Amino acid sequence: MPARGATTARRLLGWLMNPWAKARFLWVIALAYMLWTLLPVAIAVGFSFNAGKSQTAWQGFSVSRWYLDDVSSVWQDDSLRTALIQSLKLSTLTVLIAVPIGVAFGLAIDRWRGRVSRSANMVMLFSFITPEIAVAVALFLYFSQLATVIGLGLKAQVLGLSMYEIAYPVIIVQARLLSIGKEYEEAAMDLGASPMQALRRVLLPLLMPAIVASVGIVFATSIDNFVISQRLSIGASTQTVPILIYSTARTAPLPSLNALATITLFASTIMIAVAGLALRSASRRDRGGAAATAKIGLPVAGG
Amino acid sequence: MRSGSGRGSFRPTWFWPTFAAPATFWLLAFFVVPFFVIMAIAFGGLDPVFLTPEPRYNPLDWQFGSFADVVSQLFSRESIYQQTFIRTLAYVTLATIGCLLIGYPVAYFIARHAARFKTAFLVAFIAPFWMSYMMRMFAWVNLLQEEGYVNRILVNLGLLPSPRLWLQGRPSTVIFGLIYGYVPFMILPLYAMLDRIDRSTLEAARDLGAGQIQTFRRITLPLSRQAIFAGCMIVTLPMFGDYYTQTLLASTRGTAMFGNLIVSSLESSLVNAGAALVLVMIALLIIPMVFYLRSTSRARELAG
Repeated sequence: MPARGATTARRLLGWLMNPWAKARFLWVIALAYMLWTLLPVAIAVGFSFNAGKSQTAWQGFSVSRWYLDDVSSVWQDDSLRTALIQSLKLSTLTVLIAVPIGVAFGLAIDRWRGRVSRSANMVMLFSFITPEIAVAVALFLYFSQLATVIGLGLKAQVLGLSMYEIAYPVIIVQARLLSIGKEYEEAAMDLGASPMQALRRVLLPLLMPAIVASVGIVFATSIDNFVISQRLSIGASTQTVPILIYSTARTAPLPSLNALATITLFASTIMIAVAGLALRSASRRDRGGAAATAKIGLPVAGG
Repeated sequence: MRSGSGRGSFRPTWFWPTFAAPATFWLLAFFVVPFFVIMAIAFGGLDPVFLTPEPRYNPLDWQFGSFADVVSQLFSRESIYQQTFIRTLAYVTLATIGCLLIGYPVAYFIARHAARFKTAFLVAFIAPFWMSYMMRMFAWVNLLQEEGYVNRILVNLGLLPSPRLWLQGRPSTVIFGLIYGYVPFMILPLYAMLDRIDRSTLEAARDLGAGQIQTFRRITLPLSRQAIFAGCMIVTLPMFGDYYTQTLLASTRGTAMFGNLIVSSLESSLVNAGAALVLVMIALLIIPMVFYLRSTSRARELAG
């Protein structure tokens, strides 16, 4: 028996390592990796449709029990519904602040090269790579000790998170500007457009894909944000979905929590898909020659 | 430098600074000042009765006594601080190695062998990058329960005699969770670099008689060294501040990480100690952070 096992093993190894065939070894690793990363999440989503109360044993299929019907479903349970609304509120407000000021900053830093702009850019990069817990503790102490007028809660969460998220629009806009160049706005200004007109009618339309992508990414990362929103939350009323998952994952296992997680996963997936499509359409257009499509004044994103 | 000069309209010098102003203000008000508050508290005083922090905003009044206390505890054996710190170093090192061992072949596969499935694979590999970390950990909490799928499969296959309590303070579970959580962050920079390596370089090596392994060892690996460094940084920096993975997958004192130390001191009103620990963490990470920023900005200059 062991000898036969050994030959099978050797044959399997030979099949995997065969240098003349396609890289089967890598295919196996990659597929195993994909299964390993995605399957657990798929199972968690699946259990939101469990007909019973278990999160570990399948008890039949029910579309809406944990979403709508049950007393402890997302729709009917107060804490779950509050968390969902709170998450949507927080991420929408964060998008409304971080994207406009981030896009303006990215544009300005790219065009205005000086010592001040370089330092501001440096601070922005540091805000991006500082471990989130340090940022969160700093903001927590700031709002609880110094800016006590604002205090902890939703306002603090929005202000803190919108600062932390600025880096995404800045980086996306700067990457897009690499392929736009200065020619278009300069042409517009040579033709008599004011700086504001050149910005509004030339640069902004060209930047539209980057702005759409920023909205998607900032929304998705804020709805998923945990560390900063948790540190700045106060009481149950400012709990977001990730905070609720964190505090109840090990103590109160009901599939309604899976349902709640599934809803936010769905929301952030859509936003990321929108962002990805916007960036892809932009880069594809570039390859076809940006000049052809970027007729001055025509909104590029629409076409 | 201004190429459009002569005719047409000019931008006044205040034009771009005005656009940069709101975000700059935001960064000052909610990033720079809060870090100053951390220092004011870490180097500040304590109310003798209520033990609440008394921040000192004038750097001339700063006292370094309690901060030095925290630092000396890190250097004294058998203190909780030092044990936790060493444990965190060990977890982070092992998890980073794990991320690299899994991430490199996967990134290599997408860059070289995925061929016409490249986009599909790339989307699948990037997906977890954007999924909520909490959701991904929560999924494992369910799977690793005593009666969860992992135990059921392992027992049915005969690999385990009886269900194991994976979530009761096992270091291996925490390290596993860290690898699972951060591996996508490792794959992206590695893929970006490996994809950029010119195929003709590889073909040249093969033409000159190098085998597959030799080509990898002498061409691909040296060329991807910078991406390996960047990938390791990207996973190491947030792992150092991670406290939630440990809480969800183990939540015992014996597996607590540096982040847990910070959070628990804040929650037990040891605010000064918490602030001091954050400063210690930043002091430790500032060098890799600067290195990382410099290497990425250099890469961008080369690309631009």
